Amino acid sequence: MKYFTRPRVKREYRWRGKPLSFNRKLKTYDYGSLVISVEGLPRPTIIIPEQHILIEGDDEDNPYVAKVIRLFGDESGEQMKAVVQWFVRVSEVPLSKLKLLGREPHPQEIFHYQGRICDDEVNVESILRPVQVKHLDSATPFPNSDDKDTMYVKLSWDSKAFRVVDSALVESACEPASPSSQLPHAVSGVETESLHSATKLSASKCLSTKRRNLATRTPGVCKKLELHTPEKKSIIGEDVVSQLLDKELDSKVMLAHRLSSSPPQPHPVTHRLTPINKAHRSPVTQGTIRLKPSTIALNRLPPSKMNRPLLSARENSTRATNPSQRKEPQTIKDEDPALDVIAEEDSKSSPVLLVAATLRSSQRKSALLVSSRIRKQLNLLDNQQDLNSDGEDEDEFVPSQKELNGCSEEDEDDGEEEAGLDSEEEILVKKGRGTTAVFRTPRSKQKTHSLTRTPRKNPNKKQIMPGTPRTPHQATPSIPCRSLPTRQPANILEEARARLHVSSVPESLPCREQEFQDIYSFVESKIIDGTGGCMYISGVPGTGKTATVHEVMRCLQHAADVDEIPTFHFIEINGMKMTDPHQAYVQILQNLTGQKATPDHAAALLDKRFNNPAPRKQTTVLLVDELDLLWTRKQNVMYNLFDWPTQRHARLVVLTIANTMDLPERIMINRVASRLGLTRMSFQPYSFKQLQQIIMSRLNKVKAFEEDALQLVSRKVAALSGDARRCLDICRRATEICEHSTTNPSATGLVGMSHVMEALNEMFSSAYITAIKCASMQEQLFLRAVIAEFRRLGLEEATFQQVFVQHQALCRLEGLQPISVSEGLAVCQRLGACRLLLLEPSRLGVLQRVRLNVSQDDVLYALKAD
Amino acid sequence: MPQLHFRFRFRCSRGTGCVGSCVRIHEKAASWCIVGVVVTLCACRHLLELLRRSAIQGESNSVLIVGPRGAGKTMLLQCVLRDLLQEKEAQKNLLQVHLNGLLQTDDRIALKEITRQLNLENVVGDKVFGSFAENLAFLLEALKKGDRSSSRPVLFVLDEFDLFAHHKNQTLLYNLFDVSQSAQTPVAVVGVTCRLDVLELLEKRVKSRFSHRQIHLLSSFGFSEYLQTVRTQLSLPDDFTDRGFAQDWNSSIQTLCEDKSVEEALQRHFNSSKDFRSLHMLLMLCLSRVSVSKPSIKPADLLDASRLCLCDAKANMLHGLSILELCLIIAMKHLNDVYEGEPFNLQMVHNEFKKFLQRKSNSMYNFEQPVVMKAFEHLQQLELIRPVDGSSAKTQREFQLMRLMLDHSQIMEALQKYPQCPTDVKQWAMSAFG
Repeated sequence: MKYFTRPRVKREYRWRGKPLSFNRKLKTYDYGSLVISVEGLPRPTIIIPEQHILIEGDDEDNPYVAKVIRLFGDESGEQMKAVVQWFVRVSEVPLSKLKLLGREPHPQEIFHYQGRICDDEVNVESILRPVQVKHLDSATPFPNSDDKDTMYVKLSWDSKAFRVVDSALVESACEPASPSSQLPHAVSGVETESLHSATKLSASKCLSTKRRNLATRTPGVCKKLELHTPEKKSIIGEDVVSQLLDKELDSKVMLAHRLSSSPPQPHPVTHRLTPINKAHRSPVTQGTIRLKPSTIALNRLPPSKMNRPLLSARENSTRATNPSQRKEPQTIKDEDPALDVIAEEDSKSSPVLLVAATLRSSQRKSALLVSSRIRKQLNLLDNQQDLNSDGEDEDEFVPSQKELNGCSEEDEDDGEEEAGLDSEEEILVKKGRGTTAVFRTPRSKQKTHSLTRTPRKNPNKKQIMPGTPRTPHQATPSIPCRSLPTRQPANILEEARARLHVSSVPESLPCREQEFQDIYSFVESKIIDGTGGCMYISGVPGTGKTATVHEVMRCLQHAADVDEIPTFHFIEINGMKMTDPHQAYVQILQNLTGQKATPDHAAALLDKRFNNPAPRKQTTVLLVDELDLLWTRKQNVMYNLFDWPTQRHARLVVLTIANTMDLPERIMINRVASRLGLTRMSFQPYSFKQLQQIIMSRLNKVKAFEEDALQLVSRKVAALSGDARRCLDICRRATEICEHSTTNPSATGLVGMSHVMEALNEMFSSAYITAIKCASMQEQLFLRAVIAEFRRLGLEEATFQQVFVQHQALCRLEGLQPISVSEGLAVCQRLGACRLLLLEPSRLGVLQRVRLNVSQDDVLYALKAD
Repeated sequence: MPQLHFRFRFRCSRGTGCVGSCVRIHEKAASWCIVGVVVTLCACRHLLELLRRSAIQGESNSVLIVGPRGAGKTMLLQCVLRDLLQEKEAQKNLLQVHLNGLLQTDDRIALKEITRQLNLENVVGDKVFGSFAENLAFLLEALKKGDRSSSRPVLFVLDEFDLFAHHKNQTLLYNLFDVSQSAQTPVAVVGVTCRLDVLELLEKRVKSRFSHRQIHLLSSFGFSEYLQTVRTQLSLPDDFTDRGFAQDWNSSIQTLCEDKSVEEALQRHFNSSKDFRSLHMLLMLCLSRVSVSKPSIKPADLLDASRLCLCDAKANMLHGLSILELCLIIAMKHLNDVYEGEPFNLQMVHNEFKKFLQRKSNSMYNFEQPVVMKAFEHLQQLELIRPVDGSSAKTQREFQLMRLMLDHSQIMEALQKYPQCPTDVKQWAMSAFG
């Protein structure tokens, strides 16, 4: 569904009426209402305070939702502003926080935003149009509808927790606004229709009343169904035309009809069975089978359960006749000609839909249940007044819905058929839209949009289909759970080992206090100021760069949770964890909004998001690990990453991590390096004291190491690389060696010097010398021949042929039988495979050149020791 | 290192004298050999402990098994896995992914294979859906979701580990090692390679994430252990069905191993290589001569087999050449001697050959130029000569520069054995000057 956004539709905004009041201090005028006239539409939209509106945002499909509090402009009249109360869409709540909700959010659900720091002044130019917002009790299930135009509020969101929202906050504001909030339905192109209808009004009147008599119940249901199956119009073409033309709204007549017809419930169903049996097999009706899985499920329900929805439907229809409630639209109609149209449209569409509904209901009895389920939304559309009574009604409905879910599992076979039909239906829908363009009401147009979308909603069903290889759309990435629980560490050494594993998250990060503080204050200040910035962090591997940033984020998150700083959104990407630098966009977008897109599209969306002056509610903190991997020839990925934070409205903080200190100078072109800025930090390799402290803090009083042993490890590692990972790995290995060597009871059970030495030897000693010692006689001879030949030539390279001559001579010297060339080549290849020798490709045979990969001294040492 | 049981199954009993008996040789990896006991047992225990902790305690680990070809790296891993999977706790939990650097030549294929073997949810049947990027994201997400206590540990075995280090950016290795160093799904990454310098291939950040555990599997045994291995591998087990035959056979093996000439032949093999694969090749050649009529291995068999194994492949090829081709080879050898290994072309070789003919003055070897050309091309096809790298294909064939791929010793050896080699040709070859 596309909203009208400015690039496509030109809008004009102006105040209606005189200013209500003047604020001397701020020199602003308050206004009572705003008029938005859209190009191509004769009738303007009117926005008044207390009304819910959509505000242009980053995402075209999901504009921001807000409630107008106040409208004001400055003296010159150039600036037109609105003070709003924000509502948060599901997509705007951080994914991590959605868990707090404890249930699946409804796509149309919004939350009353009560958090702090939010720019509540917006330019009126960013207002798109009004929207309907309904308050639901927290216990009430959501009405089941594809309607994109109604939002539901149950809870409030203060960026930390969800709370039950007071209905007064939403609803009381909503009621008085209802006349204008219904406007959106009429906005796009109802005018023509109403003109039509006015002329043929009387002619079709009697016909329509007749229809109404027949098509009795629950207009909501029928409307819904019709919207799903617009092609229905072609079946019952003439009737529909006549009814569409019937523009007379007589709610009292309606009332009467409903009243009279509601008690004999099954009556209309049996009535219509005959004509539709024919239609049942017709290709056109297939479109309606979209709802099949649920209807089949219903068929299997016991009759008692079938009755329940029927009952509730009946209740509903009686309830709908509540005179006091029905009155309201009527009175409004008298006052406002524009609203007349809406009201007319409402009533007009209902009979049409009734026909469709009865068609369906005769196809399958179970359709009744479906319709009753769908009815709720449409009721909401039709008469907001019913809202309060909706609660009880839906409670009743819940169990049967459960049944539905349960049953739908069995319908896997039908799923495929359904999927196939979906596409067919889409085509039909398109066709239908083309031919029946005249009858298209704005609402039905929206419905068809949502209809084409529906196949995506049940990918799970497709996935469990047996046999058919289909792309699994929403496969959840997961590793199966283990059947047996993990065993807990049994002794001190095992406990120490678990603590020393690099993956175990320490309570605190010792030795990086200064860096922690710097990063913390940098990010914190940016979050508090609501600005953006970049930081470059460098350091050799294993110096705690990523760990420190994560720790900072944990602390900031905690601070945000206890309300010390505004909330923020933390995203992490890693250059090594993507296949291509441009995938960075995809991952960022997915983390931000959950959307999936191609790299180009994602880049465009992100660009729009960060460059648009739309009010942003949260700072985003982006961690880019292994930055050097994001290098491309044009460097546009890096350019964008560093350019966004400089945008005024982006509120983006970018922390980048790489290994080399001079990366910006080495690989970045000037405009990228300049945007990265000079906020840099370098993590020095750990000193031996720091390494020791790290181990101690990890062990946390588990006494497993001797003091000296620890010191040896940390000194050794500090001298070699200062890599904390190495240090921990060596300690872990040492505990293993200790465990195996505690055969003699005299040992203390602690990891001592000898164990650490052994571990160090294992990890750091080169295997070349042992490998030469373990090589076979001929291999050793060959190495000697290589050295001899090198000495003879004075070069560090020789061909195999040359070496082989030396080898033969050495063999004779050693009293061994000389080997053949093939054998010699095999020996040479074996040494080459171990990389003791470096060889040319073996296809060169005796001509291949040979080099040593070890120093000559090492070879001689290894051979002499023999 | 495996112990080989060569099992003989005589389909018909010897009493019936049926000729259609066949010998079946079963290679079965059984218990650990006594050779290299200390090193191997230590390595075995280390690896077993490591994998057991991964499987049972959900500890992430990474280890490399390094050793020359034929040292028993894969066998070690298989044995450890077999032992490990006998434990019920490990068997129920451990997921295994086996990759080979020669098969999964890039990360895209490797990722698909991992996903397929793990049977994640984007696998339907045998197909993995999604692009490379999606697959990577999916796998990482899957691994990230798991944690130490609840998800099944995954064992990644990367055969020919060094080849994975050549993949672009070493993405796969980085991610595997990164998972092994973070609180995600427990994984055990076991790399198997024969390159001693494998750690130098890893990028700095990949190397840092690797735990630096290396198990070096080097064959550090002496000849007596080698001989012992030969004996045990040829012996029949005690539970062999035909007891009498097994006893006869084992005693014959015993005498065989004590034979001086056999010992010498084995010593030669041992000197050449400690690789068990080549030993198995030798023993297999001996065993294939065993039949119903000759139910034991004689020392001569082993010597024959040894000769077969050690003979020179190129020299053997020379035996099949015509006299003309042989003459050309000899001419090339002389050219090589004169010009110290500089490349030659057909014309030079032909001239050298003509000089020889003039001296002899009998027209026995007087060949037309095209015939010589054909012979020359045949030599090239046999890869006894090969064109010099970088010589353009445009040059005429007569003038294309070539190199001889044979050593002098090979030529001389071939001439010695060449059937009915003319004496003058032999003399020409032996003579110092062309």
